[in-house]
Amino acid sequence: MGMTIAEKILAKASGQSGVKAGDIVWAQVDIALMHDLLGPWLVDGGFKRLGGKLHDKEKVVVVSDHCTPPATVQQANILKYTRDWAREHDLSYYYEFEGPCHQVIAEHGHVRPGRVILGTDSHTCMAGGLGAFATGIGSTEMIGVLLTGETWLKVPETIKIVWDGELPEGVYAKDMVLKTIKDLGHAGATYQAIEFSGTAIRNLSIDERLVLSNMAVEAGAKAGLIEPDEKVIEYLKLKGVTDDIELIASDEDAEYVRTIHYNASELEPQVACPHEVDNVHPISAVEGIKVDQVYLGSCTNGRLSDLRIAAQILKGKKIAKGIRCLVVPASQYIWSQASKEGLLNIFSEAGCVVNMPSCGACGGFTSGVIGDGEVVMSSSNRNFRGRMGSPKGEVYLGSPASVAATALEGKITDPKKYLLKGVM
Amino acid sequence: MSFIIRGRVWKYGDNINTDIISPGQYMSLSVEKQAEHAMEAIDPTFHEKVQPGDIIVAGNNFGSGSSRETAQMVLKHHQIGAIVANSFARIFYRNSINVGLPVVEMSDTSIIQEGDEIEIDLLAGKIINHTQQAEYKGTKLPEHLIEMVKIGGLEPYLAKKLGIS
Repeated sequence: MGMTIAEKILAKASGQSGVKAGDIVWAQVDIALMHDLLGPWLVDGGFKRLGGKLHDKEKVVVVSDHCTPPATVQQANILKYTRDWAREHDLSYYYEFEGPCHQVIAEHGHVRPGRVILGTDSHTCMAGGLGAFATGIGSTEMIGVLLTGETWLKVPETIKIVWDGELPEGVYAKDMVLKTIKDLGHAGATYQAIEFSGTAIRNLSIDERLVLSNMAVEAGAKAGLIEPDEKVIEYLKLKGVTDDIELIASDEDAEYVRTIHYNASELEPQVACPHEVDNVHPISAVEGIKVDQVYLGSCTNGRLSDLRIAAQILKGKKIAKGIRCLVVPASQYIWSQASKEGLLNIFSEAGCVVNMPSCGACGGFTSGVIGDGEVVMSSSNRNFRGRMGSPKGEVYLGSPASVAATALEGKITDPKKYLLKGVM
Repeated sequence: MSFIIRGRVWKYGDNINTDIISPGQYMSLSVEKQAEHAMEAIDPTFHEKVQPGDIIVAGNNFGSGSSRETAQMVLKHHQIGAIVANSFARIFYRNSINVGLPVVEMSDTSIIQEGDEIEIDLLAGKIINHTQQAEYKGTKLPEHLIEMVKIGGLEPYLAKKLGIS
């Protein structure tokens, strides 16, 4: 019997020639990722009680992103704690004020095909878009990883999601993943891995593939994997990684627990409505819902290609009166590129506010949380009650294009009319 | 962690996610302060009415969302005895075992009522409802985790593995 990508990576990480779904393995961890809010601050007590010695400091990456820039003294103290901890343990890889950790570790070349990456954040699964087996763990489990370099993992079954065909104008990876989550249900892939494949996935840029893997956890999945290819090698080269990279693929006769086929050409923009990510409707069903704020950013959809699409829609226009539009590039690198390309100017002239790269209001942490009764249309990944601030607020999720079109009209709007030739 | 837990039931529905259990906006506060906001989006009086040893019974997909262990920390702060649900989200389930918060799945929790007195046998995978005088089948602890749970969670397990007393 052949193996899936997930099985192959976990076999290698546990020093075995083969494993199958359901096996319990002790896997060597290649990257232990922590961020400020769920990292050293929570980990250090237990870590110290157990000796406080890192198994391999070169495998530990810490990114301060949730409390940046600090909005309260408590956040500033957590940030300081994290920074001091990184210094005390002489870490080679500590980043702060650079953006959400998942984007930062991808840009700095920490994410590579075949690696096992465990992080104290549920969206760690984003690294699967570059072919790593990556998943979220808790702070206590991280203590074990830091001390021993390994942890136990149950080899997951894999759901194969196949997207063939060509995406229509105005429809993006975000729409594909929202449609997939709708069909799987928000717990439909619990304990399982999702493998995204098909010609429509192959044709996506790395920026867009990361949207799919990022949101795999919103269907409950342990990992969201995409078979790495030449585009991944090219992406890593640009990030300075020139080592030999093994491109891992699932075997022809690998076993999947289920397979779902989609035709991308039939897809229209999708919107996840309050208060669950699987409460997804075609945008035509929710058009016209008034918003108080739009949010373009996050580790899900704050990358350069996202900002380009939004800028294309907003160029030379003004956002609707009375609403706020927050733009939050997903990294300092993206911020800088967007600035060079003139995108930040386009946003600013349209009446948007460009914030610094961070987790920001996506998780209700810093700049831009919403108040009672307020409605936000966001390109981020979660719309749970209270996620972006007040539990009495409402969060809708859509693609950057849908978010930008919504900013122009102050109500949920299909981006197509702003993208079709001749309308601009 | 004890393998037999007995307590009074508080009932909740499906998809009690980590933003409900431990809202992001309070996560930089002390556990005591965070615990005052536990579950407030769906039950603002939770932190006042819950008593040590009480058991939460819920529907599908309990603990979905974030990997934040603050969710376990606030529930442990309120000394919740156990959580029984139709199903749990993966990271929440794993974190609960790691920190010694008992979690049990059973196929249909709707037959348990708020206020019922229930008793859970983690090793046998059995739930006794003393109020309704009924017995239900729950999931047993996975075998490879029994040793870890027996000695109180991942930290004591690691201490033993690393030879630290």
